[in-house]
Amino acid sequence: MLSPGRTLSSRLLRPISRLHLRLGSDGRAASSLPKELIKRHELEIDELRPLYMDFQATTPMDPRVLDAMLPYQVNYYGNPHSKTHAFGWESESAMETARRQVADLIGADPREIIFTSGATESNNMAIKGVARFYKTKKRHVITTQTEHKCVLDSCRILASEGFSITYLPVQANGIVDLELLEASIRPDTSLLSVMTINNEIGVKQPMKEIGQICRSKGVFLHTDAAQAVGKIPINVTDMKVDLMSISGHKIYGPKGVGALYVRRRPRVRLEPLQSGGGQERGLRSGTVPTPLAVGLGAACSIAQQEMEYDHQRVSMLANRLVQKITSELPDVIMNGDAEQRYAGCVNLSFAYVEGESLLMALKDVALSSGSACTSASLEPSYVLRAIGTDEDLAHSSIRFGIGRFTTEAEVDYTAEKCITQVSRLREMSPLWEMVQEGIDLKSIKWTQH
Amino acid sequence: MAAAVRSQVISLYRMMLTESKKFPSYNYRTYALRRVRDAFRANGALEDPRAVERLVVEGQQTLALIKRQVRHTHLNDLIWVTGDGRQREMGRINKYNYFAKNDDD
Repeated sequence: MLSPGRTLSSRLLRPISRLHLRLGSDGRAASSLPKELIKRHELEIDELRPLYMDFQATTPMDPRVLDAMLPYQVNYYGNPHSKTHAFGWESESAMETARRQVADLIGADPREIIFTSGATESNNMAIKGVARFYKTKKRHVITTQTEHKCVLDSCRILASEGFSITYLPVQANGIVDLELLEASIRPDTSLLSVMTINNEIGVKQPMKEIGQICRSKGVFLHTDAAQAVGKIPINVTDMKVDLMSISGHKIYGPKGVGALYVRRRPRVRLEPLQSGGGQERGLRSGTVPTPLAVGLGAACSIAQQEMEYDHQRVSMLANRLVQKITSELPDVIMNGDAEQRYAGCVNLSFAYVEGESLLMALKDVALSSGSACTSASLEPSYVLRAIGTDEDLAHSSIRFGIGRFTTEAEVDYTAEKCITQVSRLREMSPLWEMVQEGIDLKSIKWTQH
Repeated sequence: MAAAVRSQVISLYRMMLTESKKFPSYNYRTYALRRVRDAFRANGALEDPRAVERLVVEGQQTLALIKRQVRHTHLNDLIWVTGDGRQREMGRINKYNYFAKNDDD
């Protein structure tokens, strides 16, 4: 039934031409000794591709989305802001249709949607824009420690401009403490930013309660909903959200496009990041890329149709994966709350196994590791650190992403491969031997020779 | 539903499955087959002729979409015709993943 074809050993025997140094997360090359990392090599002509199980990193485009985009790449190529000819008019009407499709998915008005180049730009616009607009009276911004890098980095830039930022800690299950959140709101707080679903551990924050708190205190609420839109039902009125970031390539749409929802009643004012001809309500100047916007709209409308079906299927597959792995392997920890989560993002830590060797052993499945151990600095992921994971568990965590196109066969193959490789690595591990003999690892006094 | 409509729906279903099997990509192929099957199964008990007609029209549009996309993804295969007229594959852009090509779900 399953024929993996080429074995791992034959591929490893192929001569490796170059050692590629993986750069650290901040872009700087390794300053210390170069480590033998997961070798980046392009697949050869007849080599088989790995299974794709990394749906949080990006998603393949749905064929229906591509079908909607192609006419606008080939035939209807007009600039949507040209008001004087048919090319412009048809492009503009496509763009407005897409805007309405995005708005319908989140329960907003089309006039409240701004097309951007992605969720990173939307996050930057929201955080920097709101903070700078209200900077004369309000100088405080609150966010959490598990946010996406772009949110944390925007806050860092604001801090260098003189704002004071509070980075809220999260509990061990990844969810933010509501009392602590309410207590940290000051009279001069302008913005609170919390992501709806975390991209690393899949935890879902209590957005309705947070929205209630923010509305009662007069603080704007921004949420990075890149992983949540199209997967769980979202309504900006129910959630009392004032700003929301949407990413195209996380919902089976094209890469390079996203959207920002900016509430009009009560009005949220932003200082624009990108100046120009005043497109997109003056908040984001620049020609709107019609094919990409059409793709985003189509992706949103498909997601709305398919949400129920996809949710059932993804939950079933995620349960299948976790059940299979935990029934055969002991000492497997799921990071993040077990109930308040999106099922398709499964982050598991395998105790007594070294993370990088596990990732290398699982080379025929495209997975992501929770730690950035493929970077030269060997730092575990800051999200896992924020939820209090031990250093050794953080290094051996793997994130399995399940999506619309995942099949039962892929899940079964991944689970079996994982079980065999983890067992094999544990057989070789002296720590595992000691644990089997009943020795408590924390009580060992390690001595130098 | 009427016999004529029923046979139309069945032939539409069969055509959609046949076209879906032609996707070179494993994930698209399995998704199309599964989604078509589940959609027809879910709507199998519908009686209202107008609703049925609307769904049949939607199905025909989806069938055209599948045909277009299958053709589009096949366009990315590089075929090289040798001097003696035989076709040799120069390289595949749509490489198969770890499951064999015709191993459907």
